[in-house]
Amino acid sequence: MATVAEQWVLVEMVQALYEAPAYHLILEGILILWIIRLLFSKTYKLQERSDLTVKEKEELIEEWQPEPLVPPVSKDHPALNYNIVSGPPSHNIVVNGKECINFASFNFLGLLDNPRLKAAALASLKKYGVGTCGPRGFYGTFDVHLDLEDRLAKFMKTEEAIIYSYGFATIASAIPAYSKRGDIVFVDKAACFAIQKGLQASRSDIKLFNHNDMDDLERLLKEQEIEDQKNPRKARVTRRFIVVEGLYMNTGTICPLPELVKLKYKYKARIFLEESLSFGVLGEHGRGVTEHFGIDIDDIDLISANMENSLASIGGFCCGRSFVIDHQRLSGQGYCFSASLPPLLAAAAIEALNIMEENPGIFAVLKEKCKRIHKALQGISGLKVVGESISPAFHLQLEESTGCRERDVKLLQEIVTQCMDRGIALTQARYLEKEEKYLPPPSIRVVVTVEQTEEELEKAATTISKVAQTVLL
Amino acid sequence: MRTEPGGCCCRRPLRANDCVANGEVRNGYVRSSAATAAAAAGQIHHVTQNGGLYKRPFNEGFEETPMLVAVLTYVGYGVLTLFGYLRDFLRHWRIEKCHHATEREEQKDFVSLYQDFENFYTRNLYMRIRDNWNRPICSVPGARVDIMERQSHDYNWSFKYTGNVIKDVINMGSYNYLGFARNTGPCQEAAAKVLEEYGVGVCSPRQEIGNLDKHEELEKLVASFLGVEAAMTYGMGFATNSMNIPALVSKGCLILSDELNHASLVLGARLSGATIRVFKHNNMQSLEKLLKDAIVYGQPRTRRPWKKILILVEGIYSMEGSIVRLPEVIALKKKYKAYLYLDEAHSIGALGPTGRGVVDYFGLDPEDVDIMMGTFTKSFGASGGYIGGKKELIDYLRTHSHSAVYATSLSPPVVEQIITSMKCIMGQDGTTLGKECIQQLAENVRYFRRRLKNMGFIIYGNEDSPVVPLMLYMPAKIGAFGREMLKRNIGVVVVGFPATPIIESRARFCLSAAHTKEMLDTALKEIDEVGDLLHLKYSRHRSVPLLDRPFDETTYEETED
Repeated sequence: MATVAEQWVLVEMVQALYEAPAYHLILEGILILWIIRLLFSKTYKLQERSDLTVKEKEELIEEWQPEPLVPPVSKDHPALNYNIVSGPPSHNIVVNGKECINFASFNFLGLLDNPRLKAAALASLKKYGVGTCGPRGFYGTFDVHLDLEDRLAKFMKTEEAIIYSYGFATIASAIPAYSKRGDIVFVDKAACFAIQKGLQASRSDIKLFNHNDMDDLERLLKEQEIEDQKNPRKARVTRRFIVVEGLYMNTGTICPLPELVKLKYKYKARIFLEESLSFGVLGEHGRGVTEHFGIDIDDIDLISANMENSLASIGGFCCGRSFVIDHQRLSGQGYCFSASLPPLLAAAAIEALNIMEENPGIFAVLKEKCKRIHKALQGISGLKVVGESISPAFHLQLEESTGCRERDVKLLQEIVTQCMDRGIALTQARYLEKEEKYLPPPSIRVVVTVEQTEEELEKAATTISKVAQTVLL
Repeated sequence: MRTEPGGCCCRRPLRANDCVANGEVRNGYVRSSAATAAAAAGQIHHVTQNGGLYKRPFNEGFEETPMLVAVLTYVGYGVLTLFGYLRDFLRHWRIEKCHHATEREEQKDFVSLYQDFENFYTRNLYMRIRDNWNRPICSVPGARVDIMERQSHDYNWSFKYTGNVIKDVINMGSYNYLGFARNTGPCQEAAAKVLEEYGVGVCSPRQEIGNLDKHEELEKLVASFLGVEAAMTYGMGFATNSMNIPALVSKGCLILSDELNHASLVLGARLSGATIRVFKHNNMQSLEKLLKDAIVYGQPRTRRPWKKILILVEGIYSMEGSIVRLPEVIALKKKYKAYLYLDEAHSIGALGPTGRGVVDYFGLDPEDVDIMMGTFTKSFGASGGYIGGKKELIDYLRTHSHSAVYATSLSPPVVEQIITSMKCIMGQDGTTLGKECIQQLAENVRYFRRRLKNMGFIIYGNEDSPVVPLMLYMPAKIGAFGREMLKRNIGVVVVGFPATPIIESRARFCLSAAHTKEMLDTALKEIDEVGDLLHLKYSRHRSVPLLDRPFDETTYEETED
């Protein structure tokens, strides 16, 4: 039935076509052509092509207003007005005109005003002048540099050492010399700013693990292992590094090196160790965290430290096996592209190493003092001690934050200022708040040195505790 | 404190990526006669437009590489590469002894620390002529220097010191422009005094408790020396760039950087997270085009306008010996409301009638440069760097510079060296010694450059630049020139790829006020002799102004990801 009806409709349609007037057919034909044209024509444009005329461009250029080069800084920015130290920043220090005992400079071994260091530096000054007037490659290598590298390598019992002219640039240059785009770096969340910058410069993939949390690190390493199995070809060329600090600047804690070494061999990741605070502090002979744990130094691929703390000079060094270290002589940016360390600073560092080697007892003394003040500072209401008891640089944080960082900083600054009035020079640990990956809570950093006597340590502890009482309660 | 690559194998990061393109561009003008015609037209246009900006003649030229030399240079590299592969093959099968350090047995199954190809160049090309770099010295890096003699018995893989000293080598390598590298005299005495009082270290960053009265004194002096409102100083020149540029610009900002900028500027720009676009070396047309396009088209993809545009240039380019076309840069910067960061590492002290650097040289106003950066390593014979500018800028840096928060401040005796030498240049020490040094340097520069040109060498750069590159081109001549000169008791710096484009290997002389005419004459005589020996006198005396070297319009851009 249905087919018959359809046929009928079709016939009718053809008939209607015959019967239709000519004008109608012409109109319909035009309409069909029009539709076809629309179908095949290019997509329509919202506007004409967007080429700007010269005049329009000029107007745009005229209109554009850049942001100011720098935003204004408020007059009472906490970091704008620096403390002014008159005279040497040694054990007895004059800060803002007030005589204080120094609990702020990283002069752990008290070598800053050591007459032997000064004499060595002076002799060097008289021989070489001050500057080197060139990078290491171009007549900027002095015999003193070679001596210092030799001495550092011997002291650390490694094959080779390389020196940089700036502490910060050491690890920041070393990391990107090895780790490139596509490589993977596992790094502790509490890592210091220099490490963060080195990682940024390397453009590697960064995996952060919780501070000193080996389970978290292992979790990440395992995840990576699974990832690697999926793409073994890529895994064959992806280098893996673990970057940790020996003694953390931001927390005053020691890294669990034995576990790290185990993980290193299990997951085949190389360890880079930043020892700026632990070099010349930890271990029986001050060789740092490897000696502290009794770890074979060859198990660590690269150790970097600065010479600006214990050695009381300027600059930094990396040490390890020649296979690793030598590469920096052509790839360490801060090494190749920067003028070398002034020889007088290198000479001072050599003398500091001499002193460290001649007085190995000094490290035990330092440890003793750390423990003493650490203990004395426990139980101050409102303040908590953060950091290992053998760490010569540790933090005092507010037990309870006021909830506003700015206010916390002000409170702590008040404590610092009042302590300074009473002859104890302290400083807050300073951070670039917007730049830090994991901004540590505000804190006062207390630095212990071997020059501080028992009475002075006692005095510092009581002063801090008293001041804290008045400020916080 | 900053300089260019230590040796021929150092990477120059930005350029490492586009150095091939770069080489092609540089050779471009060998092949294109049409471009020369266009360039000639451009020159006329250029003079009428910008000639009025200059108060003094600006004579800067770059003679083009002779075609035959270019071809032979490529052949030279080809042969070296072939031999490299051959020797790698022999090493692989243990036919040739391997000298380089190897991985620990325990870590053989780790992912290799280096890519094999990465080291091919080092192993097979650099190692052959390694003795030309890192020559250890054992005296003041003054006009004459003592070099420790060393020998290698394993083809430069390791060096043994013989214990002998090569005495009184004429030093044409150190950046001792004004001759302040001395171990006697007022600077040394003042530094010694401060050393005895303060010691050498500081053991704290500026923001904590490392801000000494000496630093404050230095900063006031630097500000008055530069003629700016305020200044801040840092412990390392390299770090002055790499740790302060990130404080000034960030994501959403645009950096326009000269293609030959120093590694520290490149690193700072990269760390900032801003978009980087590179313009042809000292080429104002290229810069203007980038500026115009940046403002008109805004940021890529989002099309938002840029927050700010920062132009990064150097005063003297340490590998080319060229001087920045500062009057034009300032005119452009004003027209397009960009900010200008001027790195005067090599020019401060060494240029200008009063030694105030490139701004002084062109007779411009220091206020027109937003950020005046420079180092103390070179002309002042010390170490460290500074930034000068408006008070707001310096206040901001005092609170936000990475260096002020995290890095130990300048060593006090070094500070004193800077103070004393700077006062000497300013004439505040009551003598005319500083002024004489500046004049002496300028005279030495003109004399030395003129004589070399007349001898028929191809010399790059500006006639007033104390950095004098002499073109060697062929890789084999790098080593030969360095060695022959040392044999004749003259210490020179030779550089090759990747510090320079691949075919433009060169020797570089740095002049000093401490060079006497006799020393220069001796050096010139020897250079002349070695030049004949090695056939280095390529010049056909057809110098092409830099601006007229054709450039392609493609620019290289990178964003932090």
